Amino acid sequence: MSINGKAYIAGVYEHPTRKAVDKSLAQLHAESALGALADAGLTKDDVDGYFCAGDAPGLGPLSLVDYMGLNLRHMDATETGGSSYVLHVGHAAEAIAMGKCSVALITLAGRPRAEGMATGTAPRNYGSSAPDVAFEFPFGPTVVNMYAMCAQRHMYEYGTTSEQLAWIKVAASHHAQYNENAMLRNVVTVEEVVNSPMISDPLHRLDCCVISDGGGAIIVTSPEIAKSLNRPLVKVLGAGEAPKHQMGGKVDLTYSGARWSGPLAFQEAGVKPNDMKYASIYDSFTITVLMQLEDLGFCEKGEGGKFVSDGNLIAGTGKLPFNTDGGGLCNNHPANRGGLTKVIEAVRQLRGEAHPKVQVPNCDLALAHGTGGSLGTRHGSATVIMARE
Amino acid sequence: MTDQKRVFPTPIADPDTEHFWSAAKDNKLMIGSCNSCGEKHYYPRGMCPHCGSSDVELVESSGKGEIYSWSVLRRAEPPFAIAYVTLDEGPTMMTNIIDCDLDSLKIGQRVELKFSPTEEENGAPVPTFKPA
Repeated sequence: MSINGKAYIAGVYEHPTRKAVDKSLAQLHAESALGALADAGLTKDDVDGYFCAGDAPGLGPLSLVDYMGLNLRHMDATETGGSSYVLHVGHAAEAIAMGKCSVALITLAGRPRAEGMATGTAPRNYGSSAPDVAFEFPFGPTVVNMYAMCAQRHMYEYGTTSEQLAWIKVAASHHAQYNENAMLRNVVTVEEVVNSPMISDPLHRLDCCVISDGGGAIIVTSPEIAKSLNRPLVKVLGAGEAPKHQMGGKVDLTYSGARWSGPLAFQEAGVKPNDMKYASIYDSFTITVLMQLEDLGFCEKGEGGKFVSDGNLIAGTGKLPFNTDGGGLCNNHPANRGGLTKVIEAVRQLRGEAHPKVQVPNCDLALAHGTGGSLGTRHGSATVIMARE
Repeated sequence: MTDQKRVFPTPIADPDTEHFWSAAKDNKLMIGSCNSCGEKHYYPRGMCPHCGSSDVELVESSGKGEIYSWSVLRRAEPPFAIAYVTLDEGPTMMTNIIDCDLDSLKIGQRVELKFSPTEEENGAPVPTFKPA
């Protein structure tokens, strides 16, 4: 069994808000859902499968299903943090391939800005029943110092530099200048990144993603329904998912679960990293991108610093255009979860609907990859490969 | 030197870990050890994460090790050094480096155990490390 060719992405929508003081969380989910349905040319009554993750208010999918008035025969609330929505594309394709649903809706939304959340620098406690909490929470693990330890170790083992990491932000900023909804539209230089304030050694402020409210949605359908709609056809070729953790104390911070999710997706899709015309790579921090590029096979382990340097990720000049919407680093990181927007920009590229200044010519093969949880402790990785038909 | 104002939250023990935290009150750092495969693990738990055996016990660590990675959270008040320390017995554990110059930490640096008290009266201390 394979999902290759069994499902298509028929609709996507990125909510334009970046600060949603006047909207509820459920409302943001619903507006995103309606946007993606309109993009596909479908209505809510066509939806028979619904996918959401931990950002959904209420008990699993139930409160939002109630709010939106959905009638379903399939639902899935698999929660792997920011990678959930990339993983959901694979799960939706599986459900469609098995005949369990034919129009799957995936939603994400959050309002960390409106709620004044210290996203990156405050320790988060997932509750004392999580077995790791007593052994970690007292030591002040935050999002940023966990990823910082990955960067620190990568620098130690491979000689990666802050300047090399900075190139990732520089590339994202080059793309964000064309996105009118992006939070940070100014093009920045390597010097500006490495001279920005140190947040947690060796990560500077400009190594970190934005904190934004917002949301998004994806519609995955059967081939028959996709072909009946008046939209460019984006076919799901392959998907892979994998967890990575501390391995009982055999901690290795130099790689991510992309080492496993990537090959699974490439194998199912029957393509190789070098075939990709475009890649959406999860970018909570610059180091996140660098490690995942290595783990997905775009370059050798330890060579990520060289690979991202000198504008190699910038559309039009670089070998691997990435995150052409500006990504989480400059555009949007709704709900502190960037996986869904990764899929959206990949679909825009495959449809030829990215901004003309960043559209990759003849973009017929693209990858979207997400990480959820923390590279510094335990996380879920999910990879999806899509093709324009 | 690290600011003495840093307050460590008190860890909450559960039936799986109460022996670990009661040993901590005696200034002993315990790690998991598997009687089936012989591997050590951290954090300690009711099964061996390496081989799956439930024939596990706590053994005392020497409390000596080296920094695997570290970061100083400059935005915290006061700034502090989080780290992974690889114990001489093998497992790598999350901790803080205390009583140190926050600007001179290095990967590979030798460190030794020094428990830090936590905020609740009679709460278990947490295993932190200082430069050896």
